[in-house]
Amino acid sequence: MPVETVSSKEEDTSRERLSGLDELERTPVTETRWGRFGSRLWASTWPKVLALVLVIGVWQFLVLIEWKPVWVLPAPLTVWEDLAAYASTPDYWQAILITMQRALTGFALSVLVGSVLGIAVARFRPLRAAIGSAITGLQTMPSIIWFPLAILLFKISESAIMFVVVLGAVPAIANGIISGIDYVPPAYKRVGAVLGMKGLTLYRHVILPATLPSFVSGLKQGWAFAWRSLMAGELLVIIAGQGSIGALMQGAREFNDASRVIGWIVTVLVIGILVDAAFRAADNRIRSSWGLNQDR
Amino acid sequence: MSLIRHAVAAEDAARVPGAVVLTDVVKRYGRGPGAVTALDGVSLNVAPGSFTCLVGASGCGKSTLLSLVAGLDELSAGSIDNVERPVAMMFQESALFPWLTVSGNVELALRVKGVGRAERRQRAAELLDTVRLNGFAHKRPHELSGGMRQRVALARALAQDASVLLMDEPFGALDAMTRDILHDELERIWRERELTVLFVTHNVREAVRLGDRVVLLSSRPGRVLNVYDVGLDRPRRIDSAPVAGLAAEITDALREEVSRHAG
Repeated sequence: MPVETVSSKEEDTSRERLSGLDELERTPVTETRWGRFGSRLWASTWPKVLALVLVIGVWQFLVLIEWKPVWVLPAPLTVWEDLAAYASTPDYWQAILITMQRALTGFALSVLVGSVLGIAVARFRPLRAAIGSAITGLQTMPSIIWFPLAILLFKISESAIMFVVVLGAVPAIANGIISGIDYVPPAYKRVGAVLGMKGLTLYRHVILPATLPSFVSGLKQGWAFAWRSLMAGELLVIIAGQGSIGALMQGAREFNDASRVIGWIVTVLVIGILVDAAFRAADNRIRSSWGLNQDR
Repeated sequence: MSLIRHAVAAEDAARVPGAVVLTDVVKRYGRGPGAVTALDGVSLNVAPGSFTCLVGASGCGKSTLLSLVAGLDELSAGSIDNVERPVAMMFQESALFPWLTVSGNVELALRVKGVGRAERRQRAAELLDTVRLNGFAHKRPHELSGGMRQRVALARALAQDASVLLMDEPFGALDAMTRDILHDELERIWRERELTVLFVTHNVREAVRLGDRVVLLSSRPGRVLNVYDVGLDRPRRIDSAPVAGLAAEITDALREEVSRHAG
């Protein structure tokens, strides 16, 4: 049958031409080789190593010139040895556990409150005017300013700490969502409308997913605020029987144990770096799967 | 002049799936003395299964017209009768969702219609085959070229299973070679699926290459200036003499319209 031959030939031509075009148009993917991976790893590592060397160098220098007595400013090695010994006691890990539990509870609470608040503010215009500016105002407040009030409201308690942690983190998280919703490309919403989406369906399938990168950066910022507020809180609100990082640190200061105090500072720094790395990894994952970092 | 304005015939035509009947469509933005009239009394009878191209200079309201047919915007006066809502539509930007795979983007159109998971998967695969993108189902949109993304957007529009497809300069951002090949593909799909296509473009040759009819709109306000019946045999080529000849004629009319607005 000649007719069918023609149409199937036409079909072949169409397929062939398009696949040729696709082949030419797509940017060839460069393979990540191990050599390249190694050099990238080095490129991201050496500034950190240098920073560490610089800090320890200056510190050691100050110790050598005896800027302060050794019992106030111990040498890096002394602190390291003390920290290593301390890290093998359950007290050390117990303190980290208590503090991290507080941090995670406070953060989870903030994510919940911040998300609901953010969506509500982005969605309803009257709320926008009133609460929107309140959120921005709240964000300018140093969280430590809330503690005297928190202690009056909740006494020396877990709640006082949580109150300030949540107050510090919520605005950042809410703002992440609000700006995410504000900057959803109009083209996405139009496509949603064309596909017949309205109200909740549009939110679920288009608007909320589109806010994801902004939401994650809000989370990251929110965590930073929560962590700072928590550290301030633990140093101010010392609850009996709760050997948190802040409580043990204050205890060490009372015993003039500078080595222990610095040991805790190092611990807090390491925790901060680890959490930051986790957020960064999540952020990078989203960016690369969305094609937002095309700088390869 | 084949300007259609039979109110009675229009009533009947609109009962047929795929027909779109516009009667004295007016679209104004704003109120009072500052109001802008984008469309002023546009009447058009689009037959089912026909390919209609809308051309015009900037400010002729051709995109506005599509938004009105799609129901994305409200009419100020007049009426648009089409049996189906929603109609399918695609735009100059593919607007694929970056958080979904290629297949996921197509499936979303089906999901909104309440199609079950397994069937969604299968229909998306069929549609991706229709636009010759099998093998790319699990890629993310950013891994595709501009032309491929427009094909995914076309597959997503086809997933709506509407008989009317509105296209707002869908190939405007593509290079000439890709556009040329996609013209062939669109023509094939239009024929296979017996779609009614309303295609907006500022490229007159493209309009003549694709359309059964080319509707020329005036600018500010948008009115139907002329309707050209493209009586050329298919398949056509954009660089063939008859296409170029008619395109030149329409371009002349378009230039005249542009000069009319000289300050």
